[in-house]
Amino acid sequence: MSPVGSTEGKIVLESDHVNNRHHESTEAWSLQTFAKSFSIDIIRVSCRAMEFDMINIEAPIANAIRRILMAEIPTMAIETVFMMQNTSVIHDEVLAHRLGLIPIKVDPTQFQWRGDAEATDLNTIVFKLNADCYIDSETNKVVNASVYSRDLVWEPKGNQAVQFEKNPIRAAYKSILIAKMRPGQSIQAELHCQKGIGRDHAKFSPVATAYYRLMPEIVIKEDITNEDADKFAKCFVPGVIKVVKERGVRKAKVDNPRLCTMSREALRHDEFKDKVKLMHKPTHFIFNVESTGAMTPPELMLHAVKRLMRKCQIVQAALAQLNQSGEHEA
Amino acid sequence: MVATQDYDKGLTDPIPALEDKWRLLPSFLQVKGLVKQHLDSYNYFVDQELQQIVEANQRISSDVDPNFYLKYLNIRLGMPERSDPLAVDKSYTPHECRLRDLTYAANIYVDIEYVRGRQIVIRRGVPIGRMPVMLRSSHCVLTGKTDDELATMQECPLDPGGYFIVNGTEKVILIQEQLSKNRIIVEKDSKGIIQASVTSSTHERKSKTNVLVKNDRIYLRHNSVTEDIPIVVIFKAMGITADQEITLLVCGADKSYLEKFAPSLEEASRLEVFTQKQALDYIGSKVKQTQRFMTARKPPAEEALEILATVVLAHLPVQRLNFRPKCMFIGVMVRRVIATLQDESLLDDRDFVGNKRLELAGQLLSLLFEDLFKKFNFDLKLNIDKVLKKPSRTQEFDVYTQLQMHGDHITGGFVRAIATGNWVLKRFKMERAGITHVLSRLSYISALGMMTRISSQFEKTRKVSGPRALQPSQWGMLCPSDTPEGEACGLVKNLALMTHITTDVDENPIRRLVFVLGVEDINLLAGTELYGKHAYVVFLNGELLGITRDPQRFVALFRQVRRAGRISPFISIYINSHHRNVHIASDGGRICRPLIIVDNRRPRVQPKHIQMMSEGSMAFDDFLEQGLVEYLDVNEENDSNIALYEKEIIPETTHLEIEPFTILGAVAGLIPYPHHNQSPRNTYQCAMGKQAIGAIAYNQLNRIDTLLYLLVYPQQPMVKTKTIELIKYDKLPAGQNATVAVMSYSGYDIEDALVLNKAGLDRGFGRCQVMRKQTALIRRYPNGMFDRVADPPRDANNEIPFKFQKLDADGIAAVGDRVFPGQVYINKQTPVNTNADIGIGQNPLETGFKPSPMTYKGLEPSYVDKVLFTNTESEQALVKILFRQTRRPELGDKFSSRHGQKGVCGIIVPQEDMPFSLQGITPDIIMNPHGFPSRMTVGKMIELLAGKAGVFKGELQYGTAFGGSKVEDMSRILIDHGFEYSGKDYLTSGVTGEPLSAYIFFGPIYYQKLKHMVMDKMHARARGPRALLTRQPTEGRSREGGLRLGEMERDCLIGHGASRLLLERLMVSSDAFEIHVCQTCGLLGYKGWCQRCHSSVHMAPMTIPYAAKLLFQELQSMNIAPRLILEDF
Repeated sequence: MSPVGSTEGKIVLESDHVNNRHHESTEAWSLQTFAKSFSIDIIRVSCRAMEFDMINIEAPIANAIRRILMAEIPTMAIETVFMMQNTSVIHDEVLAHRLGLIPIKVDPTQFQWRGDAEATDLNTIVFKLNADCYIDSETNKVVNASVYSRDLVWEPKGNQAVQFEKNPIRAAYKSILIAKMRPGQSIQAELHCQKGIGRDHAKFSPVATAYYRLMPEIVIKEDITNEDADKFAKCFVPGVIKVVKERGVRKAKVDNPRLCTMSREALRHDEFKDKVKLMHKPTHFIFNVESTGAMTPPELMLHAVKRLMRKCQIVQAALAQLNQSGEHEA
Repeated sequence: MVATQDYDKGLTDPIPALEDKWRLLPSFLQVKGLVKQHLDSYNYFVDQELQQIVEANQRISSDVDPNFYLKYLNIRLGMPERSDPLAVDKSYTPHECRLRDLTYAANIYVDIEYVRGRQIVIRRGVPIGRMPVMLRSSHCVLTGKTDDELATMQECPLDPGGYFIVNGTEKVILIQEQLSKNRIIVEKDSKGIIQASVTSSTHERKSKTNVLVKNDRIYLRHNSVTEDIPIVVIFKAMGITADQEITLLVCGADKSYLEKFAPSLEEASRLEVFTQKQALDYIGSKVKQTQRFMTARKPPAEEALEILATVVLAHLPVQRLNFRPKCMFIGVMVRRVIATLQDESLLDDRDFVGNKRLELAGQLLSLLFEDLFKKFNFDLKLNIDKVLKKPSRTQEFDVYTQLQMHGDHITGGFVRAIATGNWVLKRFKMERAGITHVLSRLSYISALGMMTRISSQFEKTRKVSGPRALQPSQWGMLCPSDTPEGEACGLVKNLALMTHITTDVDENPIRRLVFVLGVEDINLLAGTELYGKHAYVVFLNGELLGITRDPQRFVALFRQVRRAGRISPFISIYINSHHRNVHIASDGGRICRPLIIVDNRRPRVQPKHIQMMSEGSMAFDDFLEQGLVEYLDVNEENDSNIALYEKEIIPETTHLEIEPFTILGAVAGLIPYPHHNQSPRNTYQCAMGKQAIGAIAYNQLNRIDTLLYLLVYPQQPMVKTKTIELIKYDKLPAGQNATVAVMSYSGYDIEDALVLNKAGLDRGFGRCQVMRKQTALIRRYPNGMFDRVADPPRDANNEIPFKFQKLDADGIAAVGDRVFPGQVYINKQTPVNTNADIGIGQNPLETGFKPSPMTYKGLEPSYVDKVLFTNTESEQALVKILFRQTRRPELGDKFSSRHGQKGVCGIIVPQEDMPFSLQGITPDIIMNPHGFPSRMTVGKMIELLAGKAGVFKGELQYGTAFGGSKVEDMSRILIDHGFEYSGKDYLTSGVTGEPLSAYIFFGPIYYQKLKHMVMDKMHARARGPRALLTRQPTEGRSREGGLRLGEMERDCLIGHGASRLLLERLMVSSDAFEIHVCQTCGLLGYKGWCQRCHSSVHMAPMTIPYAAKLLFQELQSMNIAPRLILEDF
């Protein structure tokens, strides 16, 4: 580890380009040191989003997790729509497309891949969407002018009713607008969900987005005092720089670099240009995972790591095989 | 326009800045609308001109019965009505006409007075024909309706109207640009001859009169005389025989003019023309002989007199042979020519917008109607004569019955002219094609753009730059950006936002006013006074009225009267100090625009007025009435001093511009920050904005158009302009706000290709729908037979074959079903026998039908969106089927920003491979930065910056031309939200997970999806159909044709020496054909037999292109014997 404040091994944000962006560890990798230094700090977590720090890991691994989160964790989504009736203004294909994008709250591991197989209770979830728009004769108000995702009715098939008794299958959010109608119009459809991954279609992606940023590190090389300090603080998002009084002089100090958006505004001013260094720690990843609601972010992370392990195992096996065959030839 | 000057600020009070004067614009457009020119012109035609035409052709009398006459008392146009006489409710809506292929027309009613037997009868409201009604004109059912009422009529409230519906298609009569009529224009032709020409135009005739210089002598040239007539002869023929008087009329007291004119005077005496009689004889001998039958030829002198009175300078009426005004006019023409000889800077510019007149739908229809009406009356008269000739009649003769029989002529004439665009006018022997165009409904903008389009009469092939160049006088009147590229460049123009086109105003009140204001009548003046020292000649619409000795005062008084609202605001007056003229114009077709009047450095419009307007207590017309704002045409603009901004007002300023961005038209107004772009880019965007897919109208899903493109999720742009709001583009947008990263990615983005984000496409970016119409007419034949639509047939297993599977029991494909290529959607059958009579009592069904189904062609399946079953005006059943495809963007689809930067999709990249920002945002589009340096579209960069700032501030930004959100403010917003001031972001590569070394320009830009999609264009062929005649592969995608190996490709193969490949491409794989050649005679024979030599020896088979064989045979048919002399090879 390089000392705090030095640019060695750090990604440096200059005013017009990024320096040192490729990080290579100087030491040989060993499991022991990795296990000792690697840590994960969960900053905040809810059923929708999670922020956590992944420290002392290389970019390829972090990126692999990010990519897997977006593209390779399976979820259930509406894939087939049987349109019995659709007299709304929205065309069948567009309606089907909109339905497909609704996240379905269900554990996808409970289902099998369908592929070209027949639809069964093991690989398919069935919803019904029956919405008629009419004017209520008593209240004289239009009923069902808007169709929301809450109007999707799960129709358990086979064992599903028992299997998901505690946690009935439903749309992740209730108030996703599907269509608008006028009295006399109606939508009658049967919707079949199946398992898929985000690489095939974005609707299967379990995350709205998953991304990381690197931990900022701001180094004030020379003291910035008084009015300059206030001006300097204003170059950053509130909370990043604080102005403290030291021996009667107000000085700018780095308070919470984590909040920094790296706008490089400070580098634009001649008086600060040479006094400050903006850097990123290349091995400190601040991960953000925003779930679409199908699964909780911690679950997603677990799936992602498992998925990564599986991939490694496949590579491992393949390498082993390659080694074996290589030995034979030799 | 006016440079700021230092002046004493203490003299003027501090004036509150008039910041919100742009608010006049929405108010202007509310009153005027974007297509007001068309509507005004049509309304003027229907309400005024129609009446005038009828008055001019009022009476029909009979050659047979001198007692008979028919007189038109009155004419009026009704409201649009069905032509179906049995209809209970006769009113109908434009949308019904679109759907049912009807013509949206109203009856023309006349009141007539005529002789029946011994009585004089008056009949009112007699229909004589139907006239197509312009949508939203005073006679349209849509006028004055609220949005709700329009919705029940299935009409879009944002639709501008101004077009016609003829046989179900929407037709626009484009604005035609012409040189102004009845005005003197002095020009120099290609031979360096200076001539003054006047195109006279009256209801009766059009003629062109030239006064030109040849060998220092001045001549008059006219179509009705065979050669140029010396000008002095003309004067003498018109009764001014004294040389001195002629000289005075031309030169006044000026010696320098006299010098130049003297040779012309000598010419007359050399010709020995001294008296009027001699002059008339001279001209009479030169009159063109017209082949006129029946009428006896008049003596030449009389003929000459008639021509001088009625044909030469026809717009100046000669009453009781008083030629004086005409002589004075010719005198002025000659004087102008001589003046120009002395000083060539006095030449007129025919491209000057003030010398142009715009002809609109109303004028064209009025020409057409007069022609049709004359023909109608002529036919009626022939018929009347025919009937009256009969010695005895069973019934008393009533013209009314005759009148009713002729209704089709006028109706048909209108419909034919508008449907085909061919204006055939017998009176002027005029035949103009391409007057009307189908209203382009590709996007809302393309329809609007069409309504403001001006087409020039100028030939497209001529390679002169003058008429195509941007004219400084176009400022504020015609859009400088919106013109097509290529052959029509600069000839097709568009109106600017606030342009108004005048209609005719009655001259007589103006004439009276002019004399009241102290102008001396021309008839009381001699030449000396006419060209006197302080005299300014006053013209009204090109006609000499008189002189004034204080033109400034006269013009100021005249303007005062106009501003007070005593005369029409569209009458213009200006001083031409070069010619010492005052011109007053009240004719139609002049281009003008409103400006704020400035007195004493103070604009008359004050903040309190704007305040009242926003409160709704003042409308635009009130500004006009109170004399705060006035219309100036191009000529009067030239005589004014207009300040662009309030701060630039100087003592000389007379007017203040309302808003500078109004110099752009509706289409160019969509571009954000156009003043930062290289100008051709704005022109390119003007062409592309019309191809953008988006929302078309609120009734778009009720329309059945031949081809309709719709965007599934259109968005209003993040960066708007004032124009966008004014034309309501934000309500019917055509594009989406894409997050764009300007960086290179993958190499699939060279040559302007774009990289698209797959997840974005999955979520609906750029998704569009294509609707296509198919029509079938279920016909009835004259012999009583009819087409029929049959239910799907079944095969031996009682199953419906694939081909017919989509048919319902009624024989038409079911709504909502997906139709695959090759499937039948209307199972129509036509009778075998449609001509001959079927026997009486014979069942028509027994004569047999043959199938003529309509099969779906196309590569991708479509959904049946709508089926319309109705009948046309001729009671034929009409079936329209609308097919719908929903398409997501694919490789090769075309996109464009609003800055003339088009590109095709080069690769679609999964979201995880896309770079992401510190907020986790991935771009929808990656654009290659090489697109910027050479295009210099700085506006696009500012759009990104303003858009990004708008996103984070949560408001829309403005990119209005010559204004808009300031870059500095945008940067400030970005900094406040923790972004870099220039819009560049720190991105991480999605592939490696490491940051990119450069900061990336990243933010929203409004992108349009253009109608050019790969699916409609992709084409390949291995084997396929061949042309019948040549047996070569067919041409074109629609015929599944081959891809031509052209001449240049052929040259390459020759250069490579690849002769076998050449042979294979040009013959073997094209039209190889085996022939048998007789080696004796060298002609083609049969296999093993030469018919010419009657022998079977020496026949040789060989392979040649079928086209070559065809050539030989065609040569033979022309008595040329091509002989093939074969050698061993």
